Amino acid sequence: MSTPSSFVTPAPPLRAYASTADLAISPPSHHETDDLARAVASPKDLRTEPGPVRFVIIALAVSFLTVFVVLPLVVVFASAFSKGISAYFAALAEPEALSAIKLTLLVAAISVGLNLVFGVIAAWAIAKFDFRGKTFLITLIDLPFSVSPVISGLVFVLLFGAQGYWGTWLQAHDIHILFAVPGIALATIFVTFPFVARSLIPLMQEQGTQEEEAAISLGASGLQTFFRVTLPNIKWGLLYGVLLCNARAMGEFGAVSVVSGHIRGETNTMPLLVEILYNEYQFVASFAIASLLAMLALITLVVKTVLERRLDEGQTRDDPSDH
Amino acid sequence: MTIEVRNIVKKFGAFAALDNVDLKVGKGELLALLGPSGSGKTTLLRIIAGLDWPDAGEVRIDGEDALGHGASERHVGFVFQHYALFRHMTVFENVAFGLRVQPRAIRKDEATIRARVKELLDLVQLDWLANRYPSQLSGGQRQRIALARALAIEPRILLLDEPFGALDAKVRKELRQWLRSLHSEIHVTSIFVTHDQEEALEVANRVVVMDKGRIEQIGTPGDVYDNPATAFVHGFIGESIVLPVEVTGGSVRLGGQPLNIAADGAASGASKLFIRRHDMQIGPAGTGSLEGAVRHVRSFGPIQRAEIALSGGGGKTVIEIDAPRDRELQAGEIISLQPRRYRIFAAQD
Repeated sequence: MSTPSSFVTPAPPLRAYASTADLAISPPSHHETDDLARAVASPKDLRTEPGPVRFVIIALAVSFLTVFVVLPLVVVFASAFSKGISAYFAALAEPEALSAIKLTLLVAAISVGLNLVFGVIAAWAIAKFDFRGKTFLITLIDLPFSVSPVISGLVFVLLFGAQGYWGTWLQAHDIHILFAVPGIALATIFVTFPFVARSLIPLMQEQGTQEEEAAISLGASGLQTFFRVTLPNIKWGLLYGVLLCNARAMGEFGAVSVVSGHIRGETNTMPLLVEILYNEYQFVASFAIASLLAMLALITLVVKTVLERRLDEGQTRDDPSDH
Repeated sequence: MTIEVRNIVKKFGAFAALDNVDLKVGKGELLALLGPSGSGKTTLLRIIAGLDWPDAGEVRIDGEDALGHGASERHVGFVFQHYALFRHMTVFENVAFGLRVQPRAIRKDEATIRARVKELLDLVQLDWLANRYPSQLSGGQRQRIALARALAIEPRILLLDEPFGALDAKVRKELRQWLRSLHSEIHVTSIFVTHDQEEALEVANRVVVMDKGRIEQIGTPGDVYDNPATAFVHGFIGESIVLPVEVTGGSVRLGGQPLNIAADGAASGASKLFIRRHDMQIGPAGTGSLEGAVRHVRSFGPIQRAEIALSGGGGKTVIEIDAPRDRELQAGEIISLQPRRYRIFAAQD
């Protein structure tokens, strides 16, 4: 097992991107391009660009990233800690802040959980079966990416609001969806639906159905085939989708803002609370909550990088090291 | 175990992949389904396995209706062209899979499973690879593991879909012989699909030649080679010279010139004359039915392969013949040719 690469046939190109929405969530394979660039550039006389040009290009890229990404991040943490560490933790311990954190975690858990199930089912259906309307279904899965989050939220207001289609019925039965947890969860589920399905479809399509057919011909039931063959083959892609889904679920502002009703201590998620506190000039408290979201982003980034490497390895050598 | 296929029809849209196919496979046979791609051979195999369903017809395995059962209940070993090994499992676990997914009531205990897997790995002579992953094996090793995995469930029949299709020529040859000897050892009724005639003729004890969803001929390798039933079989198996001829009464004409051969009861009309490359008798000019100029000769081993431009028709008809090397041909030489054996089939279109 020490030199698995020598046994391995070259992997096919990672995956085909079917739409622009893919680009947002499908893992690109940086490693290969980097290696390629190094291999080509190593003999000095083969370098295509003279030193100064390369320096200027790199400097431009780095300074752009510094101004637009690193600086805001630093500002968030600097403002959060501007009145000292105790003020920071005091802001986080406020009942309103705690309630927002709890609500965000709850909504993320619900929407990630449900999207995990729906995403796997949708990806399974699309990748493993041929049926009429398949292309339409793929387009439909992408819809939440192409619609403004505010519209996504408004849809639920139109459905469940007091003047909405089911509003009167819901009121008559004393069921609260809008301006309550169910509405926030629904809006979040809608906005984050594509992540899991989209990260699985190319992977499952590439793997085809042969291993499943083999399992069935060996006497495995449908469930055994799923849990023993399909799931292990897609686990890294699935984790990748769940991770991005979770990041978006916790960070979603637009759609949630429309359906939440901004009831303090009840229906404010973390992103909503950040805005409210900021508008009330409570900068430390606002940035303290924001710093939590920023940390979530950083952690997501690190885990994402690790998962991408796993995925790439899975592609090229079927990942023997993982046992 | 016997397999019986009756009046199977399978359509993909307007395309008939299988068009009324009948087939009987006897106990312990090693049968080859041979045909070009698109002839329906893989579809037929998948239908027998339960991985595809026919639009009409019957499949019986050992006299019992198979279409009432899904693939997982048929106890059919299936070997895929691209192995389809479980990539996240070791070789050992791959082979053990079929035993581990058995219903709890009949599942063997761990020690029995281990012993059985060991036995199978010994059978395919790869016990030393038990802890490797499929990606660490060569193509030939993967296919042998796939075979061991299929045999683990003690299948009633064994189905192999282009089992050597993805391997290189040398490994293919080795595996062919290996499969033959394995079959004579375990004697399970087997069907394998191939588009490679040499493979079919060398491995199988009966060959089923298919084209366009129909069975053209069923016979022993000798049968289908020496007595092809249709023009397609003659053209597909072995190398043939095909000449467009006209049959009138009892005489055969090529480009208006009568050939000195009997029509053998072929119906009058436009026909095709099939001759094996090695069934042409060479003689000095003026002694045979056909005459032509040698354009090119390549000699290798016991034969010489000559390209001959037939006289008449402006020398546009060029045929290739195989001749023994007892009389070396020279480029430019004019020779006569007389078919020793030939078949005449009606031209189809």
